[in-house]
Amino acid sequence: MGFINQTLNTKHQTLKKRIAITKFWDRIFLVAGLLSTLVGLVLLFALMADLFVNGFPRLSYKFFTSFPSRFPDQAGILSAWVGSFLVLLVTAFAAIPLGVAAGIYLEEYSRKNWLTDIIEINIANLAGVPSIVYGLLALGLFVYFFKFGESTLTGGLALALLILPMVIMATREAIRAIPNSIREASYALGATKWQTVQSHIIPYSTGGILTGVIIGLSRAIGETAPIITVGALTFIAFLPTSPFSSEFPFISFKWLMDPFTVMPIQMFNWVSRPQHEFQLNAAAAGIVLMVMTLLMNGIAIYIRYRFRMKIKW
Amino acid sequence: MKRKTSKRIKEGIIETVLFLSALSSILITIGIVVVLSYESFGFFKEVSLKEFLTERQWTPLFAEPKFGILPLVSGTLLTTAIALIVALPLGLTVTVYLSEYAPHRLREVIKPILELLAAVPTVVYGYFALLFLTPILQKFIPDLSGFNALSPGIIMGIMIIPYVSSVSEDAMKAVPMHIREGSYAMGATKLQTAFKVVIPSAFSGIAAAFIIGISRAVGETMVVAIAAGMLPTFTVNPLKPVQTLTGYIVQVSLGDVPHGTIEYKTIFAAGMTLFLITLVFNIIGFWLRKRIREAY
Repeated sequence: MGFINQTLNTKHQTLKKRIAITKFWDRIFLVAGLLSTLVGLVLLFALMADLFVNGFPRLSYKFFTSFPSRFPDQAGILSAWVGSFLVLLVTAFAAIPLGVAAGIYLEEYSRKNWLTDIIEINIANLAGVPSIVYGLLALGLFVYFFKFGESTLTGGLALALLILPMVIMATREAIRAIPNSIREASYALGATKWQTVQSHIIPYSTGGILTGVIIGLSRAIGETAPIITVGALTFIAFLPTSPFSSEFPFISFKWLMDPFTVMPIQMFNWVSRPQHEFQLNAAAAGIVLMVMTLLMNGIAIYIRYRFRMKIKW
Repeated sequence: MKRKTSKRIKEGIIETVLFLSALSSILITIGIVVVLSYESFGFFKEVSLKEFLTERQWTPLFAEPKFGILPLVSGTLLTTAIALIVALPLGLTVTVYLSEYAPHRLREVIKPILELLAAVPTVVYGYFALLFLTPILQKFIPDLSGFNALSPGIIMGIMIIPYVSSVSEDAMKAVPMHIREGSYAMGATKLQTAFKVVIPSAFSGIAAAFIIGISRAVGETMVVAIAAGMLPTFTVNPLKPVQTLTGYIVQVSLGDVPHGTIEYKTIFAAGMTLFLITLVFNIIGFWLRKRIREAY
């Protein structure tokens, strides 16, 4: 009897030990998980701090209003931010109507057939194509085939192709969230498909679409590779033609065809120089770029939040 | 009656316009394939496929050019492998932590911040690799050259963690709760449940996430163009400067290469190689993701 009790006791002991060990590892992993997650956050913080410390002293009114220069302390980002703004304008004008229209078609109109399947697989695949390949497409197609040259127009269109899948996917997700009862109510009143889309689907999905579009544009503003590939210049000491003139017809689109540079290219150019002073300029340009991207993402998150609060199905 | 017809015509026109917009995405793919093949075809008229695939030097800009893609491919795979060595354990730990351990409120705070990490322009990451990480690493590894594969590889690894963890977390969330509860009921800890039950169930989704991550690292341009150097070397030594496929395209695009020359065509041959490599990864990833949807 005592012998059996003893074995039971040792078994009990080993079991207890094993439980303690598994619990110990569980706790170790909890710490490891927290630490790994923090690595990302700490990294983001370190990156910001490093950029800030190096670049902040360079940020001045003059930095925003000067052209690049051979002398680091006189160089600025005027042509770069103007270029970024104009390129983004072209991108938005091309990608938003096309992407939203495609999204509406795929959610509201398309029938389930092989063509729709191909379009869907294709969009998923396009989202995985490296951005520099879009640059090569734009180089072959826009620069040399359509002869747009190495212009703002080419750069904007290249980025539009790049963010098109993002805009389409955001549109589809936003539309999918609208309950069917809304559509049925509209049809019950005798509305046609387009009337339903126009008066119900588009207004209700605006928040989601806007969020996706802004996130897409914030990605476009930081994209460097495709813009380098289409031949943007790294040193531009003039501004594109003004879109407004004092003579008839007052508005000119000549800026579309002007050579250009953008913020990330200006930063890249400064990073690649060996002189320390230029690298400080790069940090300053990096701060501006980060602030622009984070601001756009912040706006997107805010819009999503606002629309979620407003619409209750 | 007349109003009805005009209404129907209007509806028809609108549907056609919307359809054409959706079709444009296919035109983009066709455009990519056509442009890349057309220019690569011109390249392979002058350089044999055998030289392209077996020659161990890539010096198209020299007086005596050699066109072997191997150094660029090895540079690309080397930086990608380093990125993966960083991203795999770290990304998996973050994912398991966020999906199985973290309290709901902490997750709600951390996830958007991780997404912000994905939004940082890659040129900024490049700056970070060259001017922040490389000098730090040089203190520990004196042999490290100013341009190397190690530092951009590590940065790329950290860069792809947000992508990897968000996709694989979705996969782990798709595992039904009752499977976890079964495991807990047997007395398993969270750690045992996560690694022996949840991860095997969500395996294809997690694998898909990492493959998409790899594809991103292969196609990543600015980090390697800034910090890896411009020297195509056929090596697996992470301490030496290397050049990737993307880095080469950037180098040529920055210079003044006339349209139609062989140098001009090389970037399309490199681009085609890059496109094919990422395509293979994307197809595997797509197929794996489709499998999880069918699993439950």
